[in-house]
Amino acid sequence: MRLTDQIHFNWQLFHGHRVRTVLMLVAVAIGVASVIMLTSLGEGARRYIDREFSSLGNRLLIVFPGRKETTGGGPPVYGTAPRDLTLEDALALGRVRDIRQIAPIIAGTALVARDSRDREVITIGTTRGFFEVRQLTVGAGAILPARADFEAMAICVLGAKLKNELFGNRSAVGEWVRIGDRRMRVIGVLGERGESLGLDMRDLVIIPVRTAEQLFNTQGLFRLMLELREGASETETQDHLRAVIRDRHEGEDDITIVSQDSIIAAFNNILTTLTLAIGAIAAISLLVAGILIMNISLISVTQRRQEIGLLKALGASGRQVRTLFLGESLLLVSLGSLLGIAFALLVVSLLATIWPDFPLAPPLWAIPAAVITALLSGLFFSWLPAKRAAALDPVLAMRGVVG
Amino acid sequence: MIELQGVTKTYTMGGQPVRALCQVDLSVAPGEYISVMGPSGSGKSTLLNMLGLLDRPDSGSYRLNGLATETLKEEERARLRGENIGFIFQSFQLINRLTALENIELPMMLAGVNPRERRQTATAVLAQVGLAERAGHRPGQLSGGQLQRVAIARALVMKPRLLLADEPTGNLDQAAGQDVIGVIEQLNREGITLLVVTHDINIGRRAGRRLRMVDGVIVEDIAGDGVAGATGERSASPVADLSSSAQSDAGPNANSGKATGGESGAPH
Repeated sequence: MRLTDQIHFNWQLFHGHRVRTVLMLVAVAIGVASVIMLTSLGEGARRYIDREFSSLGNRLLIVFPGRKETTGGGPPVYGTAPRDLTLEDALALGRVRDIRQIAPIIAGTALVARDSRDREVITIGTTRGFFEVRQLTVGAGAILPARADFEAMAICVLGAKLKNELFGNRSAVGEWVRIGDRRMRVIGVLGERGESLGLDMRDLVIIPVRTAEQLFNTQGLFRLMLELREGASETETQDHLRAVIRDRHEGEDDITIVSQDSIIAAFNNILTTLTLAIGAIAAISLLVAGILIMNISLISVTQRRQEIGLLKALGASGRQVRTLFLGESLLLVSLGSLLGIAFALLVVSLLATIWPDFPLAPPLWAIPAAVITALLSGLFFSWLPAKRAAALDPVLAMRGVVG
Repeated sequence: MIELQGVTKTYTMGGQPVRALCQVDLSVAPGEYISVMGPSGSGKSTLLNMLGLLDRPDSGSYRLNGLATETLKEEERARLRGENIGFIFQSFQLINRLTALENIELPMMLAGVNPRERRQTATAVLAQVGLAERAGHRPGQLSGGQLQRVAIARALVMKPRLLLADEPTGNLDQAAGQDVIGVIEQLNREGITLLVVTHDINIGRRAGRRLRMVDGVIVEDIAGDGVAGATGERSASPVADLSSSAQSDAGPNANSGKATGGESGAPH
């Protein structure tokens, strides 16, 4: 029997049993679509994180004060350290070979006020290097001057949203604002830029690191970002950094160094595993669809006993009958898969239009994996009905005897 | 053409073994017209299925055109069946979702014949049974007689040399039944070997050779006087000359055959 004839024959069968066919198609389509859509979410999250970190530029090391003595924990992001990581430490680390740029950070929240308007925002005390490391540009005015690396100057750079809140459409550069209990001159306004690494760059104020030391009355850095030179060895540099800190901290390298690559790799790992797990859970619906196919096929074999007997009388072998029944479910699953893929892609592209910031997209493996799982499930669950059909005794079948 | 030797088949029904065929010997020459009669459960249908390669004997041998069939694999039997044997059933066995033409094409489709050739042959055969204008109709739109004609066309489409009919008129009224018998007898005259299982004495009598079965045994094998003896008003042409030297018209109940169905008594 030719393949085209088989498809045509089964197509006529579907046409004759429209309700049954539509039900099975929908079951398969839901299974395939749910695998694709759910894995798209996981993949979207992975891409989002990936993009966020890539936007930092490459070759970044982040140094936290304090050290986790036990393994397995995360970096002590908000932990306290016995010894502060000071600005002097930072400048010393900045002199290490292969460090291109440093961005020490003292962070806190402060009330920023102008006239009667005020706003409590995140306040970052840092140096000129921060703008480079985080790839920030100003929409108006200038970034912190090099002098601000060492001097407590009364100047600040506003986030775009904060500037609008305080100044509206008027120019802010050169105006004075009050941050905490100090008056500072606005020297720049950051360009419009969305969230980055969970920090809303539009709604903050950046001041010189020395000013922040006074404002928050602390010597300790919140963290220190270091940018490596091209081609520098990361592990070697980490050793150098620890050596410098040991020198300065009475023989203890009480810092934690996290590299950008390791963070990305960790997140990638977690999210890929998560996506696989989600996909596997969604694939259960394909299993359910398979069981539905088996049930309906078994009923179909019973209903079509006479037809099967006839086909055998007309020269069909048992193998041909089995192929016909397996082909029926494979055709069904293929059509259902196409429907499911179309539906899933439609929903995904719709969501992508609604939330353009979130890079929602099915992972490369999701569509073939979903279709293959569906086909295998269809094949597996129609094997029994097909075998039963193939083994049917034509004589009894045509007499309508249930044997 | 057909050589059955010592064919025995036993079914188990409700735990009880039932002898459907018991040491049946039968030989059939090409072009013969044979009717098989007998009470229900006498093994008529089993014999038919055996001849049609739908069933395998428990013991004994069946040679079809000189080929020993019992050693063939299922695949080969299926092919042999498709190419050499046409079936006609009491309940027509047409597939309702297919048109008349598609039903007729079915055996060729199973055999993998290409669509164009299939359509040509099927159309020609449909015209042969006088239903050319019904090609696109589905079984639901045809009368009983027309359905059986479509079924006959389907049986013919592979140009078989053996036509097996199981109660071909059982579901038809008198007129349609005669009509169908007329069609298959015409085929027989054109050379096809015809074997009809029937309950209808009037139809059984028309055959050139009549078998009577009881309890799985051929108890009577006579060369009948064919069409002429049964119903004189029938217009079918004389098949009778096939068996002109037959015994005198023994009624269907006359027991002149061999009791054990041993040697077949065909006078050819």
